[in-house]
Amino acid sequence: MENLELLASEAENAVDQAVDVVSLDQVRVEYLGKKGLLTGLLKSLGKLSAEERPAAGARINEVKQQVQTKINFRRDSLENAAVETRLAGEAVDVTLPGRGEDVGGLHLITHTMERIESFFTRVGYTVEEGPEIEDDYHNFEALNIPAHHPARAMHDTFYVNENTVLRTHTSPVQVRTMKSQEPPIRIICPGRVYRCDSDLTHTPMFHQVEGLVVDQNVSMADLKGTIDQFLKAFFEADLPVRFRPSYFPFTEPSAEVDIQCTNCRGKGCRICKNTGWLEVMGCGMVHPNVFSHCDVDASKYSGLAFGMGVERLAMLRYGVNDLRLFFDNDMQFLKQF
Amino acid sequence: MKFSESWLREWVTPAIDTSELVAQLTMAGLEVDAVEPVAPGFSGVVVGQIVSVEQHPDADKLRVCQVAGGNEDSVQVVCGAPNAREGLKIPFATVGAKLPGEFKISKAKLRGVESFGMLCAEEELGLGEASDGLWELPVDAPVGADIRQYLSLDDQIIEVDLTPNRGDCLSIRGIARDTGVLNQLPVNEQCCDPVEAVISDKLDVELRAPEACSRYVGRVIRNIDVAAESPIWLQEKLRRSGVRSIDPVVDVTNFVMLELGQPMHAFDFSKLEGGITVRMAEKGEKLHLLDGSDVTINTDTLVIADQKKAVAMAGIMGGEATAVGSDTRDIFLESAFFNPIAIAGRSRAYGMHTDSSHRFERGVDPLLQEVAVERATRLLLDIVGGEAGPVTLVEAQQHLPQVPDVILTVARLQQQLGLTLESNLVEDILQRLGLTILEVDAQGWTCKVPSWRFDIEIEADLIEEVARIYGYNRLPTATIAAALPIAGIPETRQGLPALRQQLVARGYQEAITYCFVDPAVQQQLAPDLNALPLANPIASDMSVMRTTLWSGLLPAVRHNLNRQQNRVRLFETGLSFVPESDSSLHQESMIAGAITGSRAPERWVDNQEAVDFFDVKADVEALLQLGHIREQYAFVAAEHPALHPGQCARIEKNGVLVGYLGQIHPRVQKALDLSQPVFVFEMQLSQVLEDELPFFKGVSKFPEVRRDLAIIVDENVSAAALCSTVRQNAGEQFIDLKVFDVYQGKGIENNRKSVALGLTFRNSSRTLTEDEINAAVECVLKALEKQYSASLRG
Repeated sequence: MENLELLASEAENAVDQAVDVVSLDQVRVEYLGKKGLLTGLLKSLGKLSAEERPAAGARINEVKQQVQTKINFRRDSLENAAVETRLAGEAVDVTLPGRGEDVGGLHLITHTMERIESFFTRVGYTVEEGPEIEDDYHNFEALNIPAHHPARAMHDTFYVNENTVLRTHTSPVQVRTMKSQEPPIRIICPGRVYRCDSDLTHTPMFHQVEGLVVDQNVSMADLKGTIDQFLKAFFEADLPVRFRPSYFPFTEPSAEVDIQCTNCRGKGCRICKNTGWLEVMGCGMVHPNVFSHCDVDASKYSGLAFGMGVERLAMLRYGVNDLRLFFDNDMQFLKQF
Repeated sequence: MKFSESWLREWVTPAIDTSELVAQLTMAGLEVDAVEPVAPGFSGVVVGQIVSVEQHPDADKLRVCQVAGGNEDSVQVVCGAPNAREGLKIPFATVGAKLPGEFKISKAKLRGVESFGMLCAEEELGLGEASDGLWELPVDAPVGADIRQYLSLDDQIIEVDLTPNRGDCLSIRGIARDTGVLNQLPVNEQCCDPVEAVISDKLDVELRAPEACSRYVGRVIRNIDVAAESPIWLQEKLRRSGVRSIDPVVDVTNFVMLELGQPMHAFDFSKLEGGITVRMAEKGEKLHLLDGSDVTINTDTLVIADQKKAVAMAGIMGGEATAVGSDTRDIFLESAFFNPIAIAGRSRAYGMHTDSSHRFERGVDPLLQEVAVERATRLLLDIVGGEAGPVTLVEAQQHLPQVPDVILTVARLQQQLGLTLESNLVEDILQRLGLTILEVDAQGWTCKVPSWRFDIEIEADLIEEVARIYGYNRLPTATIAAALPIAGIPETRQGLPALRQQLVARGYQEAITYCFVDPAVQQQLAPDLNALPLANPIASDMSVMRTTLWSGLLPAVRHNLNRQQNRVRLFETGLSFVPESDSSLHQESMIAGAITGSRAPERWVDNQEAVDFFDVKADVEALLQLGHIREQYAFVAAEHPALHPGQCARIEKNGVLVGYLGQIHPRVQKALDLSQPVFVFEMQLSQVLEDELPFFKGVSKFPEVRRDLAIIVDENVSAAALCSTVRQNAGEQFIDLKVFDVYQGKGIENNRKSVALGLTFRNSSRTLTEDEINAAVECVLKALEKQYSASLRG
């Protein structure tokens, strides 16, 4: 029994010396295994008197337990160290970019149109589209622009033949909708339009979003409210908006809509030609002649209509300074939005 | 319409400054486009008179003048102008004067002779074009007067961009009327009493096309002095309206047009052969015009003719042969009403646009002709003298514009404006606008429209007028209130935004390209279609309508490849315009993409292999798999004139063509100047967006079993064919199939290939037995062997 203390200290020493889990297990077998040294002491208990045996047995078991605890503790720490070593070897440079595809992007015009659409669809407008090659009737005649009307000169029309044009506005979609649907009508018509004009401030193709509301008792107050709310939402600013009398053959009364210059806040600058105002939209109350072409009962219904150039709004909103960039499709430009 | 503020103020005198006036016009719908000073800033320039002229002792081209007009009796000025002569009145910049451009005049010595000031040309005062002499002022110019005051140069030129309905404002009188209405002021009419005839000469006038010309007023004036000068006030008014001074007769007709809005014409009376006929042109009729051009006149064009020939294109331009010239003694003045419909579009058809046609197209007051003739006569007699004959007025009553009375109802006005206006306010606005209120009752007002407001035809026009004068910005603002019914959205129809987002997530950048494309590009991509040409393209490389979006996308790819972008992924959605065999046109919404360059963006980790057919196919599949009908789609080896013959597939849905994908044919790639291979796809959006509702099929609790087969077949047997055979023969427990390897090379005979197929089996209510699966696989192998001589790879 005098060996017990010695063995215990030897065992604890060996546990401390073990450098890995394998050598630690050898230590366990050597002292605590079936043929282990400490286990062997238990077998020698038979040599002791019956009085001595319980105390000595208890003492040996206590030492065994003590060594086992020490081994367990040592194993945990060796295992942890091993994991840490492995993990240290697996470290990566987290600043390197990830694998796989970069995300592309929508064209700024599409983004702007979708945004405009969302303002209106959220309050119950539906989106209508139509052909881009139109007949004279839908593009002009039904919109109260008969042949030889001076307003045709405002349109710089692309002709396919005498009776067929590239639509100069998305208004033909309004005509088609009024002819096929019963009021109440609340639609917006986004899309490409074409005018035979190309310079710093005109591209021969551009985008419009037009809106039409036909219902009983639609008024200019509704028109003003709709446009005022839309422009404030679009620019996310409490922009002053003003309405100027103007002329479109398909509306009467008609108005141009100006917003306070987004660049100089109305002080006057190059962009607003020192007027403090920027023209952004046209609008008006649907002309009775248009209603009669579209078989809408003008004595029962009235309508409001408005139209905006998407490029113009996008330029103001995002600071794009050259209209032609929209159709160059240069990655340097496309990727910015 | 361009005019000077001071001229307008002769007609109406609002107590507001220029900027207020301009703002007022703009907000009344007469949009002011530009305001600029009549003259640039300068000072110290007076009306001078050359008292004497002597040759400079040391310079051939210089003269030494004594000039009166400054503070002293006369001072010495050295001058190089060839027209410097004794008695001439000129602008004289005295010592201390400041000319435009901060050019200061001081005492100087020219070739040894002292000079006290400068004699000026128009150009030096910023008032005209370059000339080689001094500005010769009228003989009655008051010597010593400040030139700015004498010429009223402290004035603004206002340019108004008029909408086509406001033809009535193409004159000072028209602008003055609206200004008067806005400021509640009367208009000072400048018109004069009729000039009595002192001779009896006149020309017969016949209206042979009364629907086109329903009113014609003419007058003969004899013995004029065409060499007389237009007075300075006349020249200046014209100049400030952007009209060049020509001779007093032309100047007066132009002046009356600007002042009253009535275009006029003066013929040399002696060159007219017989009376005037207003008729449509005869076939092949020719005319040598005032601007020197020769035209053959179409038969849809109205002409003024004498008994022998056409002498003017009515309302557009006069002929050279009968024009007033330096030898003219007698003139015939024309002041007519031409129907806008008869003039509209005609001048453009001849490539012309004149001040006259601009006004007649928009409409001229049909009651203005006599007033204009009297005004012109008065001015002419004052300037060029002569004796006036009687006024000839011929009109076709039944063809004069009929202006209907217009009824404005209280209810409609209130409904449209969302506002109740006091009736006396409404009446006041209507009356100030020149309308006569014929009848008032509880319903509203019946109004007679003045002859100059031919744009007012219906109630809506009156509503606009009331709103315009009341002020659009004073009208109320409201939020639309409407019922909120819930409308269905078909779930079997996908949205385009989802497709776009899918491509964006796969690295595509959206492009928007012109729908009119280069016919050469179009020809390369769709040689068997006759792309629709535009009648009036803006450029030859933008002259046909695309039949495929590739026609715009590929040039966009090239644009970027040429700008150091060697990895490009673009897509576009939009219409293609495909001519049909019956010469109709099919406008179809398409989605298309083009990729080129490395498979992955340049990275430290991914390899830089170039994209191939299966990259673009994966993108197409990613679009098709957004819906729930992917098994309805098939890719079939195909030919397309723009695509590589070995890397081209038709995309079909239940056998119907949806689109194509493949590599751009190397020949086309070269023709389009693309520096590297490009892979493309294009599909019909209507097809791709169609979907079906998914429906629950059950979830099995039992395990699935997979068997992998490597079979050897001829290399031309398609994977789709093998898969189809497998599906047909794998029995009821078969649920899935993967092609997980394709191999050609060592160990495989030439012209054969190894295809590895992974078959998965499962039953929803029990575990499958080994025997069942073996039997199914055996069945598959037999069928493959029978159909494709397939053998198991050893």
